[in-house]
Formats: sequence, C-alpha cells, structure tokens
Amino acid sequence: MTTWVFCEEQNGAPSASSLELLTKARSWGDVAVFYVGAGSDEAFAALGEYGATTIHQLDAGDALPAAVAAAAMSDLVAADDIALFGMGYTARDVAGRLSARLGCTVLSNATDIDLGGDQVRVSNEILGGTTRVITAATEGPVVVVVRPKVFAAEAGEGAIPPVTTVAVPDVGHAGAGTVLERHVEESEGPDLEAAAIVVGGGRGMGGADDKWEPVAKLAGLLGAAVGATRAVVDAGWVPYSLQIGQTGKTVKPDVYIACGISGAMQHLVGMKDSGLIVAINKDAEAPIFSIADLGVVGDVHKVVPALIEALEAR
Amino acid sequence: MKIAVCVKQIPDPAAPYDLDPDSHFVVRPNDQVLDDTDRYGVEVGLQLVEQVGEEATLTLVSMSPAGSLQGIRQALAMGADRAIVIDDETLRGADALTTAKVLAAALQEDGFDLVIAGTESTDGYAGVMPQQLAELLGVPSMSFARKVDRDGDTLRIERQTEDGYAVVEAPFPAVLTVTSGVVEPRYPNFKGIMQAKKKPIETRSCADLGVVPEVQQVIQSVEPIPARQAGEVVEDEGEGYLKIIEKLEEAKVI
Ligand SMILES: Cc1cc2nc3c(=O)[nH]c(=O)nc-3n(C[C@H](O)[C@H](O)[C@H](O)COP(=O)(O)OP(=O)(O)OC[C@H]3O[C@@H](n4cnc5c(N)ncnc54)[C@H](O)[C@@H]3O)c2cc1C
Ligand SMILES: Cc1cc2nc3c(=O)[nH]c(=O)nc-3n(C[C@H](O)[C@H](O)[C@H](O)COP(=O)(O)OP(=O)(O)OC[C@H]3O[C@@H](n4cnc5c(N)ncnc54)[C@H](O)[C@@H]3O)c2cc1C
Repeated sequence: MTTWVFCEEQNGAPSASSLELLTKARSWGDVAVFYVGAGSDEAFAALGEYGATTIHQLDAGDALPAAVAAAAMSDLVAADDIALFGMGYTARDVAGRLSARLGCTVLSNATDIDLGGDQVRVSNEILGGTTRVITAATEGPVVVVVRPKVFAAEAGEGAIPPVTTVAVPDVGHAGAGTVLERHVEESEGPDLEAAAIVVGGGRGMGGADDKWEPVAKLAGLLGAAVGATRAVVDAGWVPYSLQIGQTGKTVKPDVYIACGISGAMQHLVGMKDSGLIVAINKDAEAPIFSIADLGVVGDVHKVVPALIEALEAR
Repeated sequence: MKIAVCVKQIPDPAAPYDLDPDSHFVVRPNDQVLDDTDRYGVEVGLQLVEQVGEEATLTLVSMSPAGSLQGIRQALAMGADRAIVIDDETLRGADALTTAKVLAAALQEDGFDLVIAGTESTDGYAGVMPQQLAELLGVPSMSFARKVDRDGDTLRIERQTEDGYAVVEAPFPAVLTVTSGVVEPRYPNFKGIMQAKKKPIETRSCADLGVVPEVQQVIQSVEPIPARQAGEVVEDEGEGYLKIIEKLEEAKVI
C-alpha cells in the first residue's frame, strides 16, 4: 500500500494542508506526493522533511490543472492505495475527478483516518458538528478529503526525496480551461490561518469602512488576524480570502472574538475548535452564544470601541 | 444553448434532522425544500438564458424521491423551463459518485452546453459531486466561480483561490460551480408560482438511464459529539468590555 498526498503549490511553497496530511501519513510507511506546480528545491525539501518518500511533479502551466492532474494521478494510484486531499479549491477539483476516473468513492470532510484492520475508516462530523460518523470504504483505492487543521503539521527528518516529472497528459476537451490572470487580494496583519488571535466580524457590524473599522482596529491592537462571515464577504465589505467557515478558511486560534456574528452552522465549523471564544451580539438568542466561553449581549458599536479604548490605555 | 442546473432537494435545514437508526441515512421527509445553495445556480442559469435570448433553455436536473417535488417547484417558479427528476428506490444512501453517474446519464441523454451546480450542498456537503460529474461528462470543471460571464462560445469566470481569485476561461460545454456571492437570487412572483404548476417534470429510473448504483462506503457508527459548554453570558450595561479584558488576561494574550 502506498499513501498518496496531493499537494498544490501556493506562492511557490507546498500547501499547508499537504504538510498536515504528510505528518499523519508518514507513520503508515511510504508516502508519495503528487505535486502540482512549478516546484523548487526548497519546496521538495520541505515535503521530504514532512515525510514524502517520492514526489511526482506535474506542471500544468496556465491550464486549469484538475483534469490533467487527475488523469496523470489515476495512472499512478494502485487498487490498494489511499489518496489524501486537503479541502483547497484545486485539491477538491482533483479529488472529485480522480474518484470518477478510478470509479471509487470519496470519503469527504474527514476529521480522522484509521487504517487499523483491513479497511480505511474515516471519521467526520455532520449535522453542524453535533454528530460523529465513522464511514468505511468497502473497496480500494480510497480517496479521502480531509478538513484543514485536524492534523497538526510537524516537521520530521526526511531527506529530499527523488522527484519524477510527470508529462501533461492529453485529456481533450476536459482539459480546456485556461487561467488568464491571477489576483492576490492583499490583507494586512498576520496570516488568518496561522494567527494566535482572530477577530471575526459579521453582518452585525453594519457595513464596510467606518462601520467595519472597530474590527480592524481591535485586531491591530491585539496583533490578531481579521476574519469574516460569508454574509460579509458576499456584501463586499472585505475580500473573500477572509471568509471563515465551511466554504472558507478553518481557523483554530487561541482566542476568537466574534463581533456581530449570528453563529450559523456553516460559520461554526470553521472556528468552533478555537481556544477561548468571546462573542458580542445584541441578540441574547444568537446561536454563537451556545459555544462561546464569554458572551456579551450588547451593541458591537458600544462594546468594541470601549474595549479598544481600554486596550489603548494600557 | 441548453443550460442545465443541478438542484438538490433537502430536508428543511431549520428543522431538526433525523437519522435512520439502522441505515444511519438522513431521513428524508415528504416535504423537502430546495437547497438554498442551488438558488444561486438557478439564478446564474436564468441570467445566462436572458442574455442569450429565445433559443436558450433552462432544465433542472435532480436526483431525489419524486414524491416530494416542492423544492423543484420552487426552482421552476423562479423561471426554469422544465425538470428531470431521477427517482429510484435503489438510490437510497447513494454516495456522491453514484449521484454523479446518475446525473451524467440523464444529462447525456438530454443534451447540454452548460451544467451549473453549487460548490457544496447544505446537507451532505461532500463538495466533489460536480467535479465527478465534469469528469464523467468529459468537460472542464469551472469551479468556485464568484463571477460569471459568457462571450459567445466561451465561459469566463472569476474563480476563488486561497489568496484571491483567478480569471479562468473555457469553451462550452462545461460544468460550472457557483458560490453564493455570484448573484442575488430572485424570489418567485405569483405568476411564476402559478406557471410552475404547469411546467413539465419528467421522471427517470436507473433502468431508464442504464445505471446500476454501487455504493462503496458504509456508515459503521454514529455517535453524538459532546457539545462545547456554553460559558458565561453577560448583558452589556456599559461594562461588558471589562469582562472581555478579564478573559483576555486569563488567556495571557494581553
Ligand atoms: C452551502 C453554504 C455554505 C456556507 N458557507 C459559509 C461559510 O463558509 N462561512 C460563513 O460564515 N457562512 C457560510 N454560509 C452562510 C451562513 O449560513 C450564514 O448565512 C452566515 O454565516 C451569516 O453571517 P453573519 O453571522 O455575519 O450574519 P447574520 O446571520 O445576519 O447575523 C448577524 C448577527 O449580528 C447581530 N447584530 C446585528 N446588529 C448588531 C449590533 N449592532 N451589535 C451586535 N450584534 C448585532 C444579529 O443579532 C445577528 O445575530 C454558508 C451557507 C451555505 C448555504
Ligand atoms: C451527512 C452526510 C454526509 C455525507 N458524506 C458523504 C461522503 O463523504 N462521500 C460521499 O460520496 N457521499 C456522502 N454523502 C452522500 C451525498 O451527500 C449524496 O450522495 C449527494 O447526493 C451528493 O453529494 P453532496 O450533496 O454531498 O454533493 P456536493 O458535492 O456537496 O454538492 C454540490 C452540488 O451538486 C449538486 N447536487 C448534489 N446532489 C445532487 C442531487 N441529488 N441532485 C441534483 N444535484 C445535486 C448541487 O448543485 C449541489 O449544490 C453524505 C450525505 C450526508 C447526508
């Protein structure tokens, strides 16, 4: 059995999720990485350090990579293999296409993986994180899509593994997508996914600019990253890259401060494993209070400015 | 131009879900609603139809028990022309790949230039069905679109990325998945609701489509997760911030 870990290059480095998956998989034995991107010695060295024993690299250039990556991967994955993917956009595209090519099921939203016995068993949390389900695949190969941050990435001592370049296969019309432009939406402050403190803002902030300012200012004072609900990114108050939740980022900071966030299930799955959760909401019935260690029922435009003033005075 | 929108009917998310104690599948009540996520797909489809004009049509495709068509009617009332519903007793407990095979067979039979789906459903949220569908249909997956434009035979989207977005282009036919920000879905008006009652809903079985469901996963156990304990809740009388300071001090972050 070989474990495959899918890795999409991000800003020249391996994706954070691939290092988490490698950390988990290296205890099972050989781990082959399927790498999509231009690659570099540093990137490959990092993968080796986290446990990759071989790397297969495919550079799709400006093509939308999912169709060619899935086709190339399907030639490499054997019947008793397991293929792990993160929840990244390209990772999910490849996981879906690969499973259709191989005719095998996808175990999605995994929060743990158990290879004991002769089956691959995956835990996941359903119904808004209230219920844990263990699902087993009845046939191989098995494609597993793992939620971010369920395994902590820890560097090991592996050397740079051998790297094989994979030719871009011809998949006809399926491969016809082309990336014309790439835009990075700059955000200030620490990286949302790695920050020790996150200040999350919801629709209750009431708008962008001046209305949003208390969130940004509080984050600045605490050295925190700013996050947001989907309602807020949809409204265009802040970039999509700040969205926390099911379709956005998953955060696990020491402290999460929710300002004007109702606490919809799709938001909670992205932050419920935070250390200390503080929520400010004017509605005493808001679901966010059911998971908050401290809930303040009040107006964000009173409580947050008062908090900012007190912090500034220290 | 033939546009198809994949729509899922789900139990009302506001009502509590029940799991069947034996199969562990979600119990599907008789009155299922349109998954909110799919209203965005329907809206994108309707806007494309309006752009293209007369010769464009919008067909809904759904794998769901035909006993409950309330959700499909909701989407027809928004303005879709017709629906194809795949209903078969053997599809209970289908996984995403089985769903994709069934929908692919129905789409191949009916013909399509563009297939629209949500990025993930509200109840199952495997989040891979549309990509499986794209692979089975042999077309590009134009996924995670937050903006959609058509230019003749080309589809152009802004695709969400981890640190921003990319502009991506592909020729039709294609599969497109949309996130919620992309458009503001319309509410059905009275005329739409009345017309929806007369719009054709065709049903297909697995045998009609030549698909034999084969699910390669079994649920082995289901258990409640102990809820995170709710902490202290205080009413702000002007001093609420002091409580927060206290907690932040305890956590040693200030
Ligand atoms: C398939 C799918 C995926 C989704 N994915 C995500 C996701 O990844 N992330 C996400 O966040 N959401 C997601 N959502 C949306 C989610 O369901 C909610 O709609 C969203 O999280 C609500 O955002 P909110 O809390 O900012 O807004 P609301 O629900 O509108 O809540 C605003 C809150 O602010 C409070 N408030 C208002 N004014 C004040 C004031 N002056 N002071 C204090 N409090 C105030 C209100 O009491 C209310 O509780 C998804 C939905 C679907 C269907
Ligand atoms: C709690 C729970 C967990 C599950 N986990 C898994 C899992 O890990 N792996 C797995 O393979 N299956 C899983 N399933 C089964 C899966 O939800 C169904 O097979 C479903 O029909 C397709 O997957 P999805 O809704 O998760 O699709 P997603 O990929 O999340 O859906 C994306 C879009 O595809 C379209 N779509 C999805 N289903 C249909 C449909 N029936 N008819 C028309 N359009 C549709 C919609 O446009 C939707 O927005 C799970 C189901 C439940 C209830």
